Amino acid sequence: MNRYPLWKNLLILGVVLFGLVLAMPNLFSQDPSIEISPARGVEVTAASVDEVRAVLDNAGVPYKDVELSEDGRLLARFALSGEQLRGQEVIERTLAERYRTALTLSADLPGWMRALGLNPMSLGLDLRGGIHVVIDVDMESALDQALERYVSDIRAQLREHKIRYLTVLREGSEILVKFKDEETRDAADKLLGREFRALELTNSERGGTYLIQVALLPAEQEQIKDFALKQNITTLRNRVNALGVAEPSIARQGERRIVVQLPGAQDPGRLKDILGATATLEYRLVDTEHSVADAVSGRVPVGSRLYRDRDGVPILLKRRVIVTGDQITDASAGFDSQSGTPAVFVNLDGQGARRMRNVTTENVGKPMAVVFIENRTTTELVDGEPVKHTQKVEEVISVATIREPFGRRFQTTGLDSSEEAHNTALLLRSGALAAPIQIVEERTIGPSLGQDNIDQGFRSVMIGLGLVALFMALYYRVFGLVADLVLVVNLVMMVAVLSLLQATLTLPGIAGIVLTVGMAVDANVLIFERIREEIRNGSSPQASIRAGYDKALSTIVDANVTTLIAAVVLFSFGTGPVKGFAVTLFIGIVTSMFTAILGSRAVINLIYGRRNVKKLAI
Amino acid sequence: MSNKAMAKTLNIDFMGKRRWAAILSGSVLVVALLSMLLRGFDFGLDFTGGTVIEVGYQNPAELSEVTAALEAGGFVGATVQHFGSRQDVLIRLAPDADEDEGTSAQLSDRVFQALSTAAAEEVELRRVEFVGPQVGEELREQGGLAMLFSLIGILVYVALRFEWRFAVGSVVALVHDVIVVLGIFSLLQINFDLTVLAAVLAVIGYSLNDTIVVFDRVRENFRRMRKGTVIEIINASINQTLSRTVVTSCTTLLVLIALYVLGGEVISGFSLALIIGVVIGTYSSIYVATASVVWLGLSKTDLLPPEKEGAGADVRP
Repeated sequence: MNRYPLWKNLLILGVVLFGLVLAMPNLFSQDPSIEISPARGVEVTAASVDEVRAVLDNAGVPYKDVELSEDGRLLARFALSGEQLRGQEVIERTLAERYRTALTLSADLPGWMRALGLNPMSLGLDLRGGIHVVIDVDMESALDQALERYVSDIRAQLREHKIRYLTVLREGSEILVKFKDEETRDAADKLLGREFRALELTNSERGGTYLIQVALLPAEQEQIKDFALKQNITTLRNRVNALGVAEPSIARQGERRIVVQLPGAQDPGRLKDILGATATLEYRLVDTEHSVADAVSGRVPVGSRLYRDRDGVPILLKRRVIVTGDQITDASAGFDSQSGTPAVFVNLDGQGARRMRNVTTENVGKPMAVVFIENRTTTELVDGEPVKHTQKVEEVISVATIREPFGRRFQTTGLDSSEEAHNTALLLRSGALAAPIQIVEERTIGPSLGQDNIDQGFRSVMIGLGLVALFMALYYRVFGLVADLVLVVNLVMMVAVLSLLQATLTLPGIAGIVLTVGMAVDANVLIFERIREEIRNGSSPQASIRAGYDKALSTIVDANVTTLIAAVVLFSFGTGPVKGFAVTLFIGIVTSMFTAILGSRAVINLIYGRRNVKKLAI
Repeated sequence: MSNKAMAKTLNIDFMGKRRWAAILSGSVLVVALLSMLLRGFDFGLDFTGGTVIEVGYQNPAELSEVTAALEAGGFVGATVQHFGSRQDVLIRLAPDADEDEGTSAQLSDRVFQALSTAAAEEVELRRVEFVGPQVGEELREQGGLAMLFSLIGILVYVALRFEWRFAVGSVVALVHDVIVVLGIFSLLQINFDLTVLAAVLAVIGYSLNDTIVVFDRVRENFRRMRKGTVIEIINASINQTLSRTVVTSCTTLLVLIALYVLGGEVISGFSLALIIGVVIGTYSSIYVATASVVWLGLSKTDLLPPEKEGAGADVRP
């Protein structure tokens, strides 16, 4: 007798049903959609739905549905991506004042699935179309800039403390400070050691002059690099949001790379424009004498200008600029030594420091603002010729009260969180200190190619599955059919796990699925061959089944573990396409062990286990 | 029923022909290595760097016209070929040493513009891939490392689960398979890109799978069969696992052929590498992996359980 206890059967059934439910969202079509989010100060209501419907109806753009989503946005679904693009154009043209749009794909799921938080597999860029860009941050020049900054800081410090030096100059990755005599050098060494904790100082004597060799400590170098990368990620995120892509992903890759992925985006030119944007910033006094409300209604006082902060709140600033971004030599986030609250520390160069001291001395107690200015270039095709437009985006990123006069170094407190302090520091630095970036890899996949890839991938999975199923049924008869059943279940389980993990499915990922379909039957082949052997050796049918499964087990585990090793290595070393393949290969091996060993045994037990069988159809 | 009868009577003297197999493997390896040294690879964009642009025309496109349009736009030396169908054209541009990378990234835009202006119909931009030369170098390096590390991982696992001779035998077989697959790609100058690299690593996994099944049976038989020489026991083991080897290879080949024919041009290299790898891997698990173990001097005592544990010792969890 071959029987699984009831709990085991139920457990297997439960896992399979769970898999079925998880995999189910993939049966629903993914509609090309437009995500419509309200501009600042606008709320989305049921009336907005009618408004968007009316706009689309008027323009004669066919759509499937416009609905309100839980997160306060609208979602307009279309049948074709061409209609989606036309829809976006129409909405942008008529409703741009109050709404922003982004292209996306969204599955048309019934309410209960959405309520359970079920999602279909997330498709990679090669399947849904989009832009993938890898950006390299020029760390060498980030370090160069840091050294240059220290050169002028060291000069300023020595001058301030009246220590006479001969020269301060850069030599490769070092700074050399020369002095006439040993005494002055030692005094300078003491001063610099106290002022610049991040520097490594070495004293020496060369041809009658006394030297301090200054180098960046390894920890400082790491920090500079880390900062350069984070700063670029922050500014990129700000800029990419302007592109109108629903789920942009900007992620760090290794020590100096940034990966930007824009699913559904079709115009790499626009992305490159955005990457090429330059930024600067200005410190200005806040105009507290005049009314902001008056200015908003059009009466802006002479000598002032109306700005808006990140949330769109208007603020009136003086026209006179105190300090600009290129006069900032450093900005970092930290904590105020007295209150312990988050703070941003800013360093200015000599000229900036003088201006700042003059202005702050006269204006203690008054607020001062920082304006972030970005020059974005957009390229548009006019009569087939590319025309470049430059657009200036200005935003107030911080307002703080001047507590006492200050110059070269100062700090801004009163920030909500250290996160905010961090972001402000990044933005302040990006004014002048952004490490240059360049695109080192770009992959753009058109929407039609993506669809072709899905279709071809789907077809190969189905045909491959069909061929294997036919072969198994012919070769192993009833047992073959059982293997076919668990093979299909395995496919469902793979889809379920991929949907659950929201791992990205790519074309090589589909290839991995196809390959595991071929290899998943291997476990069953091993078992069935063993059963046949046992029968040939004269064992009874029931004993043969039991021995077949038992003896094949260690072989199956050994064989699969080694393939898993290969998959793990592929995953850790691979990028993009290789990773996608490794993921499905790994998942496929794991799920197939479950289905091919436990699943097939359960079914075979149900068929043969209870009866007194004379002969097995194998 | 016929296959059962066949399986029963099979008693092929595999190991008796191992010298011939060694000569065959040896000469194939020499040819493969020579080709890799002399001809090198037709490395794809992923490894060389450069730009690939795939465009779709509504009607079958003449390659000469596309080339002319490119030359008119100032792009000389581009490789132009049909990709999958006559409507699809693939343009490859070598990395430009003069230009810095920022401008190379803009290259694709200018190429597409040149093609759009020249064509009477609307041209669709299906795909753009640009890889900077330094990224290409890194990918090559990572690929080599990946191969090395998976081999080491496998060596350790097999040595722990079996015995060092088996570990060496399986790794020798894997190196053999990798060299032969790479050699064929070099000999026929088939485009070698990242997906092919992934396939070669998958071949390692597959071929090992095959080897492990044979080894497992060898181990089992060594412990069970009291009579017979080492060669006889190994021959018996191979014969016993032969039908499984053939069936699994067949099912895997079936899906791979489906993938090769239907999967589209982008992964045809991937499926081809795996098809070659599955065939070679099946051969090598018998004639390279197992034969190596024989040559390394495996004796019957090597696989006996260290203490008397009875017959159940070979069934491990």
